[in-house]
Amino acid sequence: MFIAKVVGNVWATRKHKSLEKTKLLLVQRVDGLTGQPLDGEIVLAVEPQNAKTNAGVGDIVLVMDEGNSARQLLEDKYAPVRTIICGVIDIVYSKNKQKKWC
Amino acid sequence: MYPGIVVGRVWATRIYETLKDKKLLLVLPTDWNKKPKSQDPIVAVDVVGAGAGEFVFYVQAREAAVACGGRTLEDTPPVDAAIVGIIDGVFLDIKEE
Repeated sequence: MFIAKVVGNVWATRKHKSLEKTKLLLVQRVDGLTGQPLDGEIVLAVEPQNAKTNAGVGDIVLVMDEGNSARQLLEDKYAPVRTIICGVIDIVYSKNKQKKWC
Repeated sequence: MYPGIVVGRVWATRIYETLKDKKLLLVLPTDWNKKPKSQDPIVAVDVVGAGAGEFVFYVQAREAAVACGGRTLEDTPPVDAAIVGIIDGVFLDIKEE
């Protein structure tokens, strides 16, 4: 898992049927304390529509980048998804510093 | 999932059995502003009915095989990229490099 910032979203009418009940958000890896973008490209992450996380643009989120866990969260054994949002981050504490995100 | 633009199509007669009725498209990986990342396209299986010039997103690795509907190891096609959606619009809050 990694810390990322939601930087945008994507809408699509024609998509794989497993993606129909999901939100598509663009995430970028960031530093948990400063919010500075880290190396790596912007990826499209999925969020289940009924999820309690309900992330939006600007949120700092917890992203999981593993296929089987993503399929487990979506409760769909055959979803072609690897990157999924599994939480919205409140606080990051590291190197004696604390950052509150909400 | 990553963005790309469909730039062509590939046909093959002598092909692996499970790949026979799959549509193969040439996809140029881009960033979310449609700017190509390089000039080297990849071949991806299409499962949503994308056409030439369309802005799409694709999955790679094992998830691509899952997208093609393989249930067991025997009927899973050898696929490492699959187009899973056609993009209608993108909202991006920041500037991409």
